[in-house]
Amino acid sequence: MKKTIVALAVMGLGITGAHAQEMIVKLGSVAPLTGTISHLGKDNENGARLALEDANAKGITIGGKKVKFELIGEDDQADPRTGTTVAQRLVDAGVKGVVGHLNSGTTIPASRIYDQGGVPMISPSATNPKLTQQGYKGIFRTIANDVQQGSALGKFMVGPLGAKKVAIIDDRTAYGQGLADETEKAAKAGGAQIVAREFTTDKATDFNAILTKIRATNPDVIFFGGMDAQGGPMLRQLKQLGVTAKFVTGDGGCSPEMIKLAGDSIGSSAYCSMAGLPLDKMPGGAEFRDRFKKRFNADVQIYSPYAYDAATAIIAAMQKADSVEPSKYLPALKASTVPGVTGNIAFDEKGDIKEGAITLYQFKDGNWVAM
Amino acid sequence: METLIQQILNGLVIGSVYALIALGYTMVYGILGLINFAHGDVLMVGALTALQTMMFLMGVAPGMSPVAMLTISLMVAIPVCMMIGYAMERLAYRRLRNAPRLAPLITAIGMSFLLQTLAMIIWGRNYHTFPQLISTTPMQPIEGVFVTPVQIFIVISSALIMIGLSLLVNKTRIGRAMRATAENHRVASLMGVDTNTVIAFTFVIGAALAAIAGVMFASNYGIAHYGMGFMPGLKAFTAAVLGGIGNLGGAMLGGIVLGLVESLGAGYIEHLTFGFLNSSYQDIFAFIILGLVLIFKPTGLLGERVSDRA
Repeated sequence: MKKTIVALAVMGLGITGAHAQEMIVKLGSVAPLTGTISHLGKDNENGARLALEDANAKGITIGGKKVKFELIGEDDQADPRTGTTVAQRLVDAGVKGVVGHLNSGTTIPASRIYDQGGVPMISPSATNPKLTQQGYKGIFRTIANDVQQGSALGKFMVGPLGAKKVAIIDDRTAYGQGLADETEKAAKAGGAQIVAREFTTDKATDFNAILTKIRATNPDVIFFGGMDAQGGPMLRQLKQLGVTAKFVTGDGGCSPEMIKLAGDSIGSSAYCSMAGLPLDKMPGGAEFRDRFKKRFNADVQIYSPYAYDAATAIIAAMQKADSVEPSKYLPALKASTVPGVTGNIAFDEKGDIKEGAITLYQFKDGNWVAM
Repeated sequence: METLIQQILNGLVIGSVYALIALGYTMVYGILGLINFAHGDVLMVGALTALQTMMFLMGVAPGMSPVAMLTISLMVAIPVCMMIGYAMERLAYRRLRNAPRLAPLITAIGMSFLLQTLAMIIWGRNYHTFPQLISTTPMQPIEGVFVTPVQIFIVISSALIMIGLSLLVNKTRIGRAMRATAENHRVASLMGVDTNTVIAFTFVIGAALAAIAGVMFASNYGIAHYGMGFMPGLKAFTAAVLGGIGNLGGAMLGGIVLGLVESLGAGYIEHLTFGFLNSSYQDIFAFIILGLVLIFKPTGLLGERVSDRA
């Protein structure tokens, strides 16, 4: 979950006479470009950059002037405080729109700064439902949120997995609890019985007590809303307690790290979900992969197609409104229906992507394999 | 029924680890009246040092038997922790021995941060997989009750170590010196006891126990990282207070009781409160028991060690 800020700034004054009819519009991209998930951050930035370069190559005219888009890349270090600092910097630089940030934790506090600064923001990767529930007008995302993810997980458990009895555990964080609640709702609606609802923390290592209690209720499926650092050891303890129920978790556990930490205790009865589609299944996925590789000499990590679509949506809205001013193009952005790499980009009234896709994975041959 | 037995077993395993860590807290408190908050982090250093050694051994001698590998890793981790224990006492706490009690307490918290940060620099922030050299394949001694060899190993070795420590304190010369120093270290030193050595020895023994507990903890859960010492450290401190801080038998009893309360609490709190409380109150439940014990028996279950400082 990266925050990419695409800032569109009109620099009408600094341009020399030769290009008097050309208008430079700055777009910002914010994501962690340093630290443990910097590879994901760079990926987002490149996605946004590619969209801008495509627009420039096409030669777009807005308000009678030829427009040249320019990307300002900022690093939020996946840190909420740094996130708000760079957000303010972009607002002060007079950007007209922002793609970002990556993490929910940085996007939510930064969204307030953009709202106050009147700069529209589209996150390509922040999934926490709260982001779009704050009542801000110019805040969007191109990725499915955790409500959509939880409901997909719940349906998956009662449908394909055929669960009648479901046990649910969460780590009492905003993410884990939110996801577990949504999953529980969907599983109940699907007719499953919730036989246990247990809790742990995001710092715990011992789950034997709650797992023993769950074992006594004999569930078909155990769902865990939390991160891989707890999920891995939890799988080990389930095996040690002789529990054979299927194990399902969300995107927090859908990582190579989870597989590493679970050791030999993970098997084909483990499933996880991720917001978004695998690249191969996106409408424009194959073409995007090739062009991305050619331009940046790097593989698509996860969210760059979503960053590309976010930037594309902003540019398309500007064209439609024939203005780069946020107040003018915001209504057009809200009403977007732009065919993007990841699918049709259209937002609901809160700013969430309509029909956000969720993909389910099963553990197979040492890896998570999309189902 | 098998659920109840399983919960008791779960509590016994985690309680044994708590007890082992609690001994380190309680020994130091008994002698110095100091709560060494960095004790949990010594545990973490022990586990990560052992992990590093195992990685090294797997690289140079891939065919080595698990038992030999575990033994060698312990032989490396224990001295490393002993050195850290000695260094903490010598460099930080000894200088503050006659300072107001708050000063060494704050220093101990500082030591805890220092060790965690150093470990973070050396081993990184990520969780590491800890090789489970003792089998974790579950066995069923009773239908429906699962227990793994590593859990049996933890309970038995903790018991043996505790017996060994009791013998050391009650039957040996250095043990007598420790008891004398705990009673009154000025008088003990007048009687010819080298109290500095005795205190340093106490820290070193405590650190060695922490190293063993760290390896056990990591072996049981299969993971290790730089912050792993904090929670068990806090729980073990609670166990020491529960049993009566400064009292070796109390630390053992406190550890086991805390483990059982946690396990049974998490398992049955919902039934006991008719669904009003659930397992998110698991930790609070343990502290409620602690609170109750301290209200009715302020010196803990077995009573605080009586000395002028306590």
